Amino acid sequence: MISVRISEIVAITSREIKKWYRSPILLFMAIVQPFLWMSLYGKAFNLTGLFRIPSDILEQLPPETTSKFAAIANEILAKFFGASDIDFFSYIAVGMMGVVLLFTSMFSGMSVAWDRRLGFLNRLLIAPIDRSSIILGKVASSVIRGVAQSLLVMLIGLALGMKLRVAGPVEFAIALLAMTLLGASLSALIISVTIRLKSWESHIAMSNLLNLPLMFTSSALYPITLMPEWLRAVAIVNPLTHGIELMRQTLILGATYTSAEVLWHLSLLSGFALASSVLGIYLSDSALRKT
Amino acid sequence: MNLKAIVAQGLRKVFGGVVAVDNVSFAVEEKEIFGFLGPNGAGKTTTINILTTLTRPSAGRAEVGGYDVVESPDRVREIIGLAPQELTVDDELTGLENIMLQAALYHVPREEARRRAREILELFELERFANKKVETYSGGMKKRLELGCTLIHDPKILFLDEPTLGLDVQTRAAIWSYIKRLVEERDVTVFMTTHYMDEADSLCDRIAIIDRGMIRAIDSPYNLKSALNGDIIELEISGPDGFSAQSLKALPGVVDIVPRKDLLVVKALRGEETLPTIVSELVKQGVGVRRVEMKRPTLDEVFLELTGKKLRDIEESREDAMRRRMTIRRMRS
Repeated sequence: MISVRISEIVAITSREIKKWYRSPILLFMAIVQPFLWMSLYGKAFNLTGLFRIPSDILEQLPPETTSKFAAIANEILAKFFGASDIDFFSYIAVGMMGVVLLFTSMFSGMSVAWDRRLGFLNRLLIAPIDRSSIILGKVASSVIRGVAQSLLVMLIGLALGMKLRVAGPVEFAIALLAMTLLGASLSALIISVTIRLKSWESHIAMSNLLNLPLMFTSSALYPITLMPEWLRAVAIVNPLTHGIELMRQTLILGATYTSAEVLWHLSLLSGFALASSVLGIYLSDSALRKT
Repeated sequence: MNLKAIVAQGLRKVFGGVVAVDNVSFAVEEKEIFGFLGPNGAGKTTTINILTTLTRPSAGRAEVGGYDVVESPDRVREIIGLAPQELTVDDELTGLENIMLQAALYHVPREEARRRAREILELFELERFANKKVETYSGGMKKRLELGCTLIHDPKILFLDEPTLGLDVQTRAAIWSYIKRLVEERDVTVFMTTHYMDEADSLCDRIAIIDRGMIRAIDSPYNLKSALNGDIIELEISGPDGFSAQSLKALPGVVDIVPRKDLLVVKALRGEETLPTIVSELVKQGVGVRRVEMKRPTLDEVFLELTGKKLRDIEESREDAMRRRMTIRRMRS
């Protein structure tokens, strides 16, 4: 029974993946935006640089003042960014890895609309497959694309000066798991929200509506500790925050990550992924069928 | 007991107050080509959607292959194939990949699927293009692939929604011959919709004429045409003027006689059987027959007779008709 479901999901997923890697323009477009964010915003808006004292000033100050000031600056940096020796570019590069997952997930809702328009959805609906396989196939293909693109963004980041500090293979595996769970949470969520929209034009409108708020209410661009209380509350229920924080813990903090944080983000993210997938499957049962 | 392939009883479908299908009942025999003939928006596609489990009927019930479409949709799905009006093959995949995808959706084991895919590609003369992307195919090739895909799980009942819509004459003829072969070689029952009269006439064993959601007539094309008002037989005659119109009228099958100077126009049922008896009756009376011509009413005439195309604008305001079509189209999309 399970193996039958899996074969259905694999069939639907592999179709999407074939379509994706055969149209390099799709891949290119999904990379361009985070690349611009990373290279322009990430390089120009150097948040951590505010706490670095230029050396010519340092030399004019008495040594004890210098060390005191450095201690304060490091404390601030550690409080907001997780470690004192973090650079903002590495910080935001990981944020962009999360954002590219968000952008990729937006396509999953759109692909349901496309399939509906092309009549392919009907072909799936009259096949003797489980309704949940259709949604899970879409989610799985979105996860594969998202993780691949996210890793590509990481490579671009490395080329631009991102400092990757991974404690070990287990930590890297957790980072991959974070990407997977984040991709699943977001794409299932977007499918749930947009499944009843019939035209792809309204999908684009909906994606635009969701994209920026999800990005800005997460810790993609700045630490949530800098946010006002109410915004922090929103950020905490945003799966993007937990996915990105989990990636930061495991990808750029090296051995200084805290296990408690990792567990906290991991369990919340798993919860999100499960809940949104169940929601997507539940909604799809009635929404996919014609009235 | 002879199991019916499709049984529909009092099917009704209402889309937001608009009745798309109203009290539709019919039965399709096994290995029959059954045609649903009707103008656009008559309810053909809605009926197919109900029978293929895509839409639930508002009322009535339908059995396909002995399974109820609402109660056991998965059973129905396993034994049917649907080639919808629009092309649903994936342009970015190759022909073979499209067929293999379909096979996976119907749980056909890989080896078996590969074997059948080769068979199908051969049947539809697409072997040479098996590994080419579908976007390079012509419209006719895509349609053939679409038909091919629906055969991968060896369906017992095939639903074809406007199978030749928008195709050129050669491709239409080719599609017709494929459909005939399927019925002969694979024992498939075919339920098809069309609004081409000649297609229904030459392909279907029986036809249901549907208009505004209601079935107006169900019969073989032959009977539908015969039932209309019979065939027209024209006889050019010579010889003695006085022949007995009465005795001609008394012949079985003769409906009406209009004698002119040298021409005798006879309206008759089953013209091909009645014609010889008319000729022999005339010869018996000593009347010479120089030339005979017989005209059959076409399905077009049957169709117009039953659906009353010309009266439509009077019965229904333009706005009403437009709105109804718009709504149905929107609901479908």
